[in-house]
Amino acid sequence: MLGPNGAGKTTAVRILATLLKPDAGRATVAGLDVVKQADKIRSLIGLSGQYAAVDENLTGRENLWLFGRLYQLSNEVARQRATELLDQFDLVDAADRVVKTYSGGMRRRLDLGSALIGRPRLLFLDEPTTGLDPRSRLGMWDVIRGLVREGVTLLLTTQYLEEADELADTIAVVDHGKIIARGTSDELKSQVGGERIEVVVHDRAALGQATELVALDAQGECAVDEHTRRLTVPATGGAQTLVQIVRDFDEAGIAIDDIALRRPTLDDVFLSLTGHAAEERQAEDERDRARARQVSGRSA
Amino acid sequence: MTSATAPTAPRGSGKAITDGLLVGWRNLKRVPRIPELFIFAILQSIMFVLLFAFVFGGAIPIPGGGDYKAFLMPGIFAQTIVFASATTAIGMTDDINKGIIDRFRSLPMARSAVLTGRTFSDVIYNAGILLVLMLTGFAIGWRVDTGFVSLVGGFALLLLFAYAMAWLGVWLGLHVPTVEVAQQVIFTVLFPITFVSNVFVPPQALPSWLQPVAEWNPTSTLTAALRELWGNPNPAASDSFAAQEPVLVTLIWVVAIIAIFGPLGVRRYRLMSR
Repeated sequence: MLGPNGAGKTTAVRILATLLKPDAGRATVAGLDVVKQADKIRSLIGLSGQYAAVDENLTGRENLWLFGRLYQLSNEVARQRATELLDQFDLVDAADRVVKTYSGGMRRRLDLGSALIGRPRLLFLDEPTTGLDPRSRLGMWDVIRGLVREGVTLLLTTQYLEEADELADTIAVVDHGKIIARGTSDELKSQVGGERIEVVVHDRAALGQATELVALDAQGECAVDEHTRRLTVPATGGAQTLVQIVRDFDEAGIAIDDIALRRPTLDDVFLSLTGHAAEERQAEDERDRARARQVSGRSA
Repeated sequence: MTSATAPTAPRGSGKAITDGLLVGWRNLKRVPRIPELFIFAILQSIMFVLLFAFVFGGAIPIPGGGDYKAFLMPGIFAQTIVFASATTAIGMTDDINKGIIDRFRSLPMARSAVLTGRTFSDVIYNAGILLVLMLTGFAIGWRVDTGFVSLVGGFALLLLFAYAMAWLGVWLGLHVPTVEVAQQVIFTVLFPITFVSNVFVPPQALPSWLQPVAEWNPTSTLTAALRELWGNPNPAASDSFAAQEPVLVTLIWVVAIIAIFGPLGVRRYRLMSR
């Protein structure tokens, strides 16, 4: 589930994970009604949120054991699962340290481990990599891919197209509480138009000539922003086109401030699907969220 | 249900008790992990003992005579228990804000366990604080003159009251947005409750219009009940029912507070998913 802040991703997950009752409509998880059969759903799912919901004053092992027992596992099974998960998530050395001493990435891994304690068939991950450094993010991706390989059904929310691309078989793009597009990553990207090249020309006087050259090299329509002296063109030929542009500009004596091959971002998906950028609504949505938080009496 | 790891723990009421104990265990783990909390909770009460016993005590005469320290200690125990509801509220708010409550709510555990576990663990925590305070009291000359059974009876009454205050704390903790607000609200409410009472001064010393308030105040009835049970100086300002039957009135308070804030807290906890 891909969407900007405030699109309703977390709300959807909270409803499906039985933390929030829907105002209207109904939803089923594994054929069970989220309101009427909430208890049954809870013993099928695992949930890991945006922040690491583990107890700071317990050790990693104690956290896993506690959540295992509350998942209604026996004492022995909970112990055994805790040991397995500590091993799986590379937390063996820190297992008996208080979580307060863990790094952000370690907490996330422990949180994910907690969600997996009862071997759920269905896993909800709400922005599992938000706030992680690039290395931890890649590590998290590996873990998530491994889970999917093992046969866990995963519902993942993210703000990053790249992440959805890496991890999801099917992507639903969400905006303002509605799914506005659904498909595989390739289907969505072809809608957006793939990679593009951006060039910033040093001298405004050269913009006209530069535009002609770029359009010729990329064999596509070139968008011009006079104010920032930026040219944008679909990169049908990938990096090769970029090299060609650099050569031609050099020959023509056009100075370049900046040139880059840019992959489509969530913004591009939004622009092409809705005609507005993802950020435009953020301020407004943040307010909505804050209000929702107050009403529900907890941080979302 | 076909989950790979079959649930094996008891269901029904057994599950409610097991899960409540697990949550309580988790709450109590804070004590060894953050010993400062426990230490400062005790130091705060000891500070009140020292302030009043040695700074103001000499200026406060007890009608009917008696030692001020013996008069003071039951009040200190009562005040400590009233303030303890703040600990409960702060713990509750903290758990909500840190997402632990969401984690609990996503698990197939007994719904009641979060609140029963919290109230249960806080009573145990407060029992620990009271024991240390009683030893402090003995050290400065407070005595129980009525025997062991009365001592235990008074202690049991304190714990019952602590249980009621824990439910008040749960209810408060579920209503405030942050720990800071919890602290402010609580001390704004709790200071008057413990000071407009018979804890530090005999009710006779208060303006006459305040005396009935101070006498019926649950902190006062608890304090008077303890003084009566333990044979400590217990000057009554009037022959009101609260002053004559403090143990009974305190028990009524306990039942009333649980009957009001228990269901309100449970209701609020359920409404969190709205």
